[in-house]
Amino acid sequence: MSFYDGLAFFIVLLLGCIPAIILGMKEKRIGNYTILFSIGIIFIIYRETPLELFYLLLYLFLEWHLIALYQYSLRRFGRNKEIFHHAVLFALLPLVMAKLSGFIGHHWFSFLGISYITFKVLQIIIESYDGIIEKNGFSQTVAFLIFFPTLSSGPIDRSRRFEQDFARRWERREYAELLQKGIWKILLGILYKFVLSVIAYDILGRINGRYDPQYVILYAYVYGIYMFFDFAGYSLMAIGTSYIFGICTPDNFNKPFISRDMKEFWDRWHISLSHWFRDFLFSRFMTDAIRNKRFKNRLNAASMGFIVNMLVMGMWHGLTKDYLLYGLYHGVLLAVTEIYQKKKWYRRVKSKKWYQCISWFVTLNLVMFGFLIFSGIFLETWAVLMRYL
Amino acid sequence: MEEKLLDILERICDDEAVREDLEMDLFEEGLLDSLAIAELIVAVEEEFKVLLSPTEYEKEELSTVHKIEKILKAKGVE
Repeated sequence: MSFYDGLAFFIVLLLGCIPAIILGMKEKRIGNYTILFSIGIIFIIYRETPLELFYLLLYLFLEWHLIALYQYSLRRFGRNKEIFHHAVLFALLPLVMAKLSGFIGHHWFSFLGISYITFKVLQIIIESYDGIIEKNGFSQTVAFLIFFPTLSSGPIDRSRRFEQDFARRWERREYAELLQKGIWKILLGILYKFVLSVIAYDILGRINGRYDPQYVILYAYVYGIYMFFDFAGYSLMAIGTSYIFGICTPDNFNKPFISRDMKEFWDRWHISLSHWFRDFLFSRFMTDAIRNKRFKNRLNAASMGFIVNMLVMGMWHGLTKDYLLYGLYHGVLLAVTEIYQKKKWYRRVKSKKWYQCISWFVTLNLVMFGFLIFSGIFLETWAVLMRYL
Repeated sequence: MEEKLLDILERICDDEAVREDLEMDLFEEGLLDSLAIAELIVAVEEEFKVLLSPTEYEKEELSTVHKIEKILKAKGVE
């Protein structure tokens, strides 16, 4: 059994939702039940892969102590950059081990959800250093980390936001509204993931392996559409389920294909991920670069910031040529966008209708080309082309 | 303080428009973005000796000159 897949999961989910709905409608707190059900469903899902379950439990044990010890050190010794860097390193270590051990045929520390849970731990560590978080309670933190609707693939919530919802006692009217929205999102998610994305996937199967230009272009578009319905559908189901448990997990997609430039695209596509990177990598890189005057001018700094940011995002997807190229591609595009948007000409035309139409069309094609890289078909086609030549 | 803040914002946004309407939504006008916020954080740190963090405030809390002023006042800037 796996998350949001197969009849068995949805039956367990349906049964699990009933007590949450009863608690919600009776204006009781759902939090403790959420922890209980999360633990239960984790044991059911990881039952077939006991090693992963072991790694998950070990991970939680280690990371909880890391958080508690780091916050203790902040209270005891104050802000210290060196300790902070070590804490970040330790928070990253399991994920790095999981990614790297793949190269030597192992799966050290690898478990379903490690990529996403790492973001949550890092957010707590970094915001503790910033002084926004003082101390995390044990049960809230564990609930945040193992919250089952978003455990395996997000959306990536933030601990301060999560804890507010978690501790909240919803009024009946509010909860009924939340429940209604949640059910709607789940149904929409099912339509996206099990109907529309399946149709797109079927088309992909028919054109895969054809390298004529028109097929490659078609592949890019259909793959982009497939990715959207697949992942937006998954996210909708995860968000809808969260709502039923009284947690307003943030949205992950917002009509990405209407974007008129690449910056707007990353504000609409996999939002919880790109905003995480914006807040915890890009912003930090930029403040550090500006503070220490590491670049000749701010445009150079910003360009490098975008490239580093997206390259790391690519690496996070996986340490393969395709993902690295994908990250680099988007980094360079964002850098070029930044430089371009500082031009006087852009400021003059940006609100004109004709300009927005062209800009939308160009953006859409750049985005679809990005998906072609992501899918692996770009480098594959490239290799075929080189052989042919 | 307001004058200093406006100087900073004018430099970051590269636009005098920030002075015209202190209630104007700087994000909607395309004057502020995540990059500009990073610059603002460093500038505020250097000018007023106040630490801001990128995730401390929601976007809406930083969207106008007046709102930014309010935050700085709350942090003890005179």
